[in-house]
Amino acid sequence: MKLLNYTSSYFSVILLVIIPIWAGLFYFAMLDEIYDSMDDGLGNQKLLIISKASSDPLILYKKDFDEGNYSINPIPFEHAKNHKDTYLDTMMYMHNENDFEPVRMLKTVFADGNQYYFMKVITSMVEEDDLIKELLYSLLWLYLGLVFTILLLNNLLLKKIWKPFNRLIDQVSKFRLEDAKPLITNKTKIDEFNTLNHTIDTLLQTNIVAYTNQKQLIENASHELQTPLAITMNKLEILAEEGQLTDHQAQLVSSALDNLTRLQRLNQSLLLLSKIENKQFPETSSVNINQLFHRVLEDFSAQIVFHRLTVRLDEHAECNWQMHPDLADIMASNLIRNAISHNYPGGNITILIESDLLVIKNSGKNFGLDNQNIFKRFYKGQSSNSTGIGLAIVKAVVELYNFTISYEFNTEHVFIIRK
Amino acid sequence: MKILVIEDEQAMCDNISEHLQKEKYRVETASDYDSALEKIGIYEYDCILLDITLKGKETGFDLLCTLKELGKTEGVIIISAKNSLEDKVKGLNLGADDYLAKPFHLAELLARVKSVNRRRKLNGNNTMVAGNLIIDIDDRTVFVDDILLQTNRKEFDILYYLFMNKNRLVNKSALAEHVWGDHIDTADNFEFIYSQIKNLRKKLKASGANIEIQAIYGIGYKLIADEAS
Repeated sequence: MKLLNYTSSYFSVILLVIIPIWAGLFYFAMLDEIYDSMDDGLGNQKLLIISKASSDPLILYKKDFDEGNYSINPIPFEHAKNHKDTYLDTMMYMHNENDFEPVRMLKTVFADGNQYYFMKVITSMVEEDDLIKELLYSLLWLYLGLVFTILLLNNLLLKKIWKPFNRLIDQVSKFRLEDAKPLITNKTKIDEFNTLNHTIDTLLQTNIVAYTNQKQLIENASHELQTPLAITMNKLEILAEEGQLTDHQAQLVSSALDNLTRLQRLNQSLLLLSKIENKQFPETSSVNINQLFHRVLEDFSAQIVFHRLTVRLDEHAECNWQMHPDLADIMASNLIRNAISHNYPGGNITILIESDLLVIKNSGKNFGLDNQNIFKRFYKGQSSNSTGIGLAIVKAVVELYNFTISYEFNTEHVFIIRK
Repeated sequence: MKILVIEDEQAMCDNISEHLQKEKYRVETASDYDSALEKIGIYEYDCILLDITLKGKETGFDLLCTLKELGKTEGVIIISAKNSLEDKVKGLNLGADDYLAKPFHLAELLARVKSVNRRRKLNGNNTMVAGNLIIDIDDRTVFVDDILLQTNRKEFDILYYLFMNKNRLVNKSALAEHVWGDHIDTADNFEFIYSQIKNLRKKLKASGANIEIQAIYGIGYKLIADEAS
């Protein structure tokens, strides 16, 4: 759930609770005030009538409301002595409305000389009733208006406020350590976001430095290994040439030399891989992939014959890709070498070239290889002779130029490179 | 032939010297810029093997510049632990004749020394002889007793490489790298190389060549030329 909707839903629920409570309190406070003012009015009228009664005794015989708003009836003292003024809501028949309408009534008792009178004073509540209704409606509208306004403002404001955050997230999600571009963070007025920007920037910088150092380490280590490797290999070559070795000793030297050669190749492959990953082949030119494969197949022709492989080159289109020529060469040779060395004698290799597609198919083991790991360095499947870097190098080259490579198995092993 | 090896790694220097001395070359060594310059000033060399990293602050590139300034015309082969294209281009632009990245096989070094030497001798003949075989390097042809032996490109490369390392042991991976390039690197390729050598032997035998390509243990091959016959 988005933060925006999250807060919005919270607000609407909270308002739904708070506004009715507040509205209720407000309603009753207003009601109280209205009754209070009506009751005051009734109280005032009572006094006016009593004072009028002292000058106009006829009033004391007004037993019904009729056209007036009070009625007076004499009552014995026993009834009057414990009477207290009471206010109450009641209904009365109104001629104009032809219906019973709510009225507020004051029941009171007063004395004129020795005679006690029971008096009812009324005032119409029709308008007050409407007022209360209006009040209720107003509150309802207020609630809806408030909720709507808050949601709207919340949406607009939050969107604006969280803009730096969203921009940061956008940049961080696109961040690639291999292709590190500096974060573009704008200064905001919000301290938290500035801190966040700064923290993430620092974090990324540290990572970039660590990553670069590590890449550099591989390259430096490979370089440093070259000289001792050369010395060891050459010493063994000199030893072998002395020619006075027993067969067993010669076997030992031979095996040592073979493994040194492997080590040398491994080292060179690692060096090449880190050079590609460190983008040390910046130049590109248009490489004709058709010609490239013709040439590479020619280079491997003796090996192809030796392994009795059938090679088919399907050229559906002229294919020119912008690449470093050496890297294109390495890519093609690694793919072909892979197709040769993981084949069986008498197997076949099919190369399909289209303008933006390159497919290399080879027969081989009768099961698919691990799709996830096949392009990882040191993944060897089941062959122990290869360095396990050839396809990793191919992938590094392919990715350098934003091409894609994929592997699938359908009776044959298929490698697909798409531009 | 006189060769100067300028290399700061003593063991490396020893290996190179020992291997080249067996070829009856006179080899001298230097480990830094100053001692190298001193030797170059006194003697004339046919070939200089130059390491880029040297003791002291001057590099092999500085030495190359100085040689150029001094008008020295020795053939220079750079041997470097840094197999980088820029270094190679830089070195060749500064007048070096060849660039060899460490680690290298001694057979490859010897072949390079001979190539540089041959190229620099303007009047040098472009043929090499072993037994009753003559190979013409420019025309890429092989003759057995003056009769042309048909060889394909790779067969010629194998023969030429073995010729340059005549009577010396050539490591099979050195041969593979030289003939089939850097990209050949699976172990079963040694079988493949063996089959190529076998074909070549058959061809030589059929044509009556009196040279022999010997397999030495499992390590490599040696071209034995019977000079007496």
